[in-house]
Amino acid sequence: MTAATATAREARPLPMARLRPGRIVTWTVLFIGGVLMVTPLLFMFSTSLKDAGQIYDLRLIPEDPTLANYFEVLGDGRFLRWFLNSSLVAIAVTLSNVFFDSLVGYTLAKFRFRGRQFVFLAILSTLMIPTEMLVIPWYLMSANFGWLDTYWGIMFPGMMTAFGTFLMKQFFETVPDDFLEAARIDGLNEFAIWWRVAMPLVTPALSALAIFTFLGNWTAFFWPLIVTTSSELYTLPIGLTSFAVEQAIRWEMIMTGAALATIPTLIVFLLLQRYIVRGVMLAGLKG
Amino acid sequence: MTIEEAEPVRPAARSGGARLSMRTRRALWVWGFLALPILFYSVIRFYPTLDAFRLSFTDWDLMSTPEFIGVENYARMFGDPHFWQVFRNTFAYLIIGTPISLVLAFTIAFFLDRVRFAHTFIRALYFLPFITTASAMAWVWRWFYQPAPTGAINSFLGQIGLTQIDFLKSTTWALPSIMATAIWAGLGFQIIIFMAGLRAIPQTYYEAARIDGVGEWGILRKITLPLLKPTTVFLVVFASIGFLRIFDQVYNMTTNDPGGPLGSTKPLVLLIYQTAFSSYDMGYAAAQTVVLFTILLIVSLLQLWIMRDRA
Repeated sequence: MTAATATAREARPLPMARLRPGRIVTWTVLFIGGVLMVTPLLFMFSTSLKDAGQIYDLRLIPEDPTLANYFEVLGDGRFLRWFLNSSLVAIAVTLSNVFFDSLVGYTLAKFRFRGRQFVFLAILSTLMIPTEMLVIPWYLMSANFGWLDTYWGIMFPGMMTAFGTFLMKQFFETVPDDFLEAARIDGLNEFAIWWRVAMPLVTPALSALAIFTFLGNWTAFFWPLIVTTSSELYTLPIGLTSFAVEQAIRWEMIMTGAALATIPTLIVFLLLQRYIVRGVMLAGLKG
Repeated sequence: MTIEEAEPVRPAARSGGARLSMRTRRALWVWGFLALPILFYSVIRFYPTLDAFRLSFTDWDLMSTPEFIGVENYARMFGDPHFWQVFRNTFAYLIIGTPISLVLAFTIAFFLDRVRFAHTFIRALYFLPFITTASAMAWVWRWFYQPAPTGAINSFLGQIGLTQIDFLKSTTWALPSIMATAIWAGLGFQIIIFMAGLRAIPQTYYEAARIDGVGEWGILRKITLPLLKPTTVFLVVFASIGFLRIFDQVYNMTTNDPGGPLGSTKPLVLLIYQTAFSSYDMGYAAAQTVVLFTILLIVSLLQLWIMRDRA
């Protein structure tokens, strides 16, 4: 099946190649649909460049574009703070997942030991537990340990995930045992074998895991909303919500805030489009 | 043991008496690797799960000590018309949202798969909404839905001479309006997965069918769709779980009256949020999370049951 998969991808001819007009229609419809998909983003950016007097003018290209809204929104420093909070949280959680999910995935894939199956099924079973069920106990735990309204409080629930562990286990299973055995004979300890021999062999999976974890935590809403109470600790999505509520009907300001929250993910996407799309396919097919 | 630990493993050490100690050493590494993760999963996943079940049998406002009240929270919930309204809303998101988004995603993926000119660019257009921040986009859509002259949609309706729609202020329109935002946000992911599934179908099947004179429509029905079943089942489950857990869009698009108007858009997760963190009725909220857990569990088990012959 996998071999067939690989060839099917390369050898695909164009079933519609015969119908030239049909192809043009298909392309045009798809293109219009695609433009409609990004219309909300286009309007968001367009309005963020208009002043309050122009927002009822729904033209996409602003008549008199201005960056004044951006200066005003960024002026009080809160957005920058939320941006840094989101970055810190997302990066720390991503590093933790890349380390621990792959360490556990590797251990489950490459060692035979008593209790292996039990540990694997136990971790896998946590996929069935929705976050929403855990937030109340997490909240109580955070209140007891003083984690409410702290960075650690935002981060701790996501430091390891069953999804990531499962993904990495699948990939480590494809690493030939001979490589590891050779490293063992060379006198490397088990940690070094994992870190220096096995890890470089699964970089596509690692990058997929890293991208997913980062984007997931960057856009996370439910738990950060619960655990943070002071504006200094808000992540960008929570900060944006509080900002939008406070601006009420100043839509040009709200759109500027939304644009500021969106620009980082757009940059990440434009830089890493190939890896992101491949990662989504990878995770979707394996998961 | 400790002395040996420091020694590099030489090929000679792999035979005879040294074997057992090597196995022990390997086991030490294994449990060393797993120690922190086991602690994490026990404390951050399993204990809270049990705690949520325990709390669901208590009456607790966070201040006093929790009081065991048996199944009273569940009895209260099932007798509460507001809960049933929320329950209906949640399933409305699921039952309307899932088929619409899957049919759209499949149709787009099916044709996009055949497009070569500017393929990556068009794919990016469809995929972009998926990676945006839900709370930010909810506000953009909320702005679209405003009455004229603020809202783009109503301004457009006005221009072509149609009556305006009170999208977010009407109990009939608010839920579909919010759902459209959620469908839009999730579509790109489903398209990519469908395209991956389509490409995994061996080309020889299509060739054989063409030689046998099967038409495009027959190929779609007899080959593409049946072979795409694992992908479709995965996406149905994934989308269903997404709609059952909808929160970000609803919360952001109805901040002035969360879940409104008149609770007509409120999904289960928003009810849980309000019960726990606005009313501080922790036991009752925990019981609601148990209901959510049960629904999600049934969906996952259905998936396993449908795919049982593949394992």
